Amino acid sequence: MRVDVAIRSARDLTAAARKARILPLSREEVLKVGTLSRIGLSDAEVGRFTTQLSSILDYVGKLRELDTSGVEPLAHALPLHNVLRPDEPRTGLAPEQALAGAPEASGDFFRVPRVLDEGVSA
Amino acid sequence: MAITDLTACRMREALRRREFSALEAADASLAAIARLDGRVRAFLSVDADGARRRAAGIDKRLAAGEPAGLLAGVPVAVKDNMCTADGQATTCASRILGGWRAPYDAHVVERLAAEGAVVVGKTNLDEFAMGSSTENSAFGATRNPWDLERVPGGSSGGSAAAVAARMVPLALGSDTGGSIRQPAALCGVVGLKPTYGRVSRYGLVAFASSLDQIGPFGRTVADAALLLQATAGHDPRDSTSVPEAVPDYLAALEEPVRPLRIGLPKEFFGAGLDPEVRRVVRDALAAYERLGAQMVEVSLPHSAEYAIAAYYIVATSEASSNLARYDGVHYGRRSSDHADMIDMYMRSRVQGFGDEVKRRVMLGAYALSAGYYEAYYKKALRVRRLIRRDFQDAFKTVDCIMGPTSPTAAFRQGERTADPLAMYLSDVYTVSCNLAAIAGVSVPCGFTRAGLPVGLQIITDVFTEDRLLRIARMYERETAWADRSPPVCEARP
Repeated sequence: MRVDVAIRSARDLTAAARKARILPLSREEVLKVGTLSRIGLSDAEVGRFTTQLSSILDYVGKLRELDTSGVEPLAHALPLHNVLRPDEPRTGLAPEQALAGAPEASGDFFRVPRVLDEGVSA
Repeated sequence: MAITDLTACRMREALRRREFSALEAADASLAAIARLDGRVRAFLSVDADGARRRAAGIDKRLAAGEPAGLLAGVPVAVKDNMCTADGQATTCASRILGGWRAPYDAHVVERLAAEGAVVVGKTNLDEFAMGSSTENSAFGATRNPWDLERVPGGSSGGSAAAVAARMVPLALGSDTGGSIRQPAALCGVVGLKPTYGRVSRYGLVAFASSLDQIGPFGRTVADAALLLQATAGHDPRDSTSVPEAVPDYLAALEEPVRPLRIGLPKEFFGAGLDPEVRRVVRDALAAYERLGAQMVEVSLPHSAEYAIAAYYIVATSEASSNLARYDGVHYGRRSSDHADMIDMYMRSRVQGFGDEVKRRVMLGAYALSAGYYEAYYKKALRVRRLIRRDFQDAFKTVDCIMGPTSPTAAFRQGERTADPLAMYLSDVYTVSCNLAAIAGVSVPCGFTRAGLPVGLQIITDVFTEDRLLRIARMYERETAWADRSPPVCEARP
């Protein structure tokens, strides 16, 4: 069996969902998720990601087949809770080290573009 | 025998006996990189001067009879998502980090230095460790040393290829859903994902924090054990690092585990498994039977069919949060042209991230967004518990679980890049270990007719790496796969 055939048969698991060809995501939703993620997508990217993310969501939708009522969510598989250390001062990075990789710095600060529009009083 | 043909264990013995110097070992490794890496492209950066300087320092200690560490003089490569403060960049194979220099060493990098290892360079990966082929690198794909037209697997493909091509005897990788084990299988080397919390993640650039774990690559089980020994242990700087004693992994390595009950999940041998991979893995299982192991059919009903789906929700959700830090403010690149702060974020991130990172960050943001959180993220966490239970139930009756590491041998460059979902299915047998926090290793178990390596995956319960390594070694003793070297080592440019 060739590799592509092997992949195809793995994907037969979702064949039924695929046949329906329901795209669970719209272009508007992809744009919205892009904005939430602070990724300014181009038109071409919106088109490509709409198709690709729809296909992935279509696949992960198979989780709905499982009855998970009464099953507690597992966020972390080891029983570690509230790992604390004594609240004692420690040396951290010096300002010049912390700023060494910054695209723009000013004195001991990270410098960022204007946040408020001009004309808006602070 | 050339220095680069030696395993790490044999190299460190020879170094102690002063058969050759650490500087000669570093130079041999650097020469192999110079000769081969133009074709393999395993390394993103090579620190020849630093490596030679460190090696010379080790030679002084060895000559003076001072303790020089577990890995004294052994060349090691480090995946480029682990911070190094020595002046080498830490890139995560992403444009967004630019030429960022980390202000501190990762815990594992400190451990390597403390044990006398000579870090020669940083290896290529899928951007931010997101991928299964090392094609999603902003700096170009790594090639498989067994067939340069094929992928080395990923995301730790650079580390796997560097060890397979004998450029270094040891390398560190990270495994979030199979990123050590799958490239180890595709490159014909040993790759081990330790229990979550066994190795500190301090200084490992975060992808999915509840799944990420650092682990070793080597050509032999003993070499992987040696590197695990050097890096494992509690570190208070990683609150998920576990204060559990580290056993001596090498002391009992040659002792077989007897009796040995091997669980074979039928879900790992079903549709989608390439028949040649199936045949090679079955042969390996037969070798265990000859050693007296008992085969037990087990069922992991949630761990193949649903693991990929649960994994890609959990991992992308965590990634969408972790990668929020790449904002063009604190480090890395900022877009040069922007109207205001938000626009600067939007442009810096769209220019700095590759497609797979964008897809995963957006998928995670979607799964966590209002209206979908219950249906996707919470649902995936519930399935995660079912997967963990599958393994807990299985380990009541068996000592370990075995199956193929990857459903296919190495695939061709470009074959799966257009279809992200096909790429995700490369991890179908590996992701459940990460969701369940348990340990897994891939060991070479033979070749396809086309001469591509196949890996056997062995899985054991949390904090049983000592037994896991012994089980792997039982098989390795019976075989000579580690002696084969890939064609690229022979061929002249």
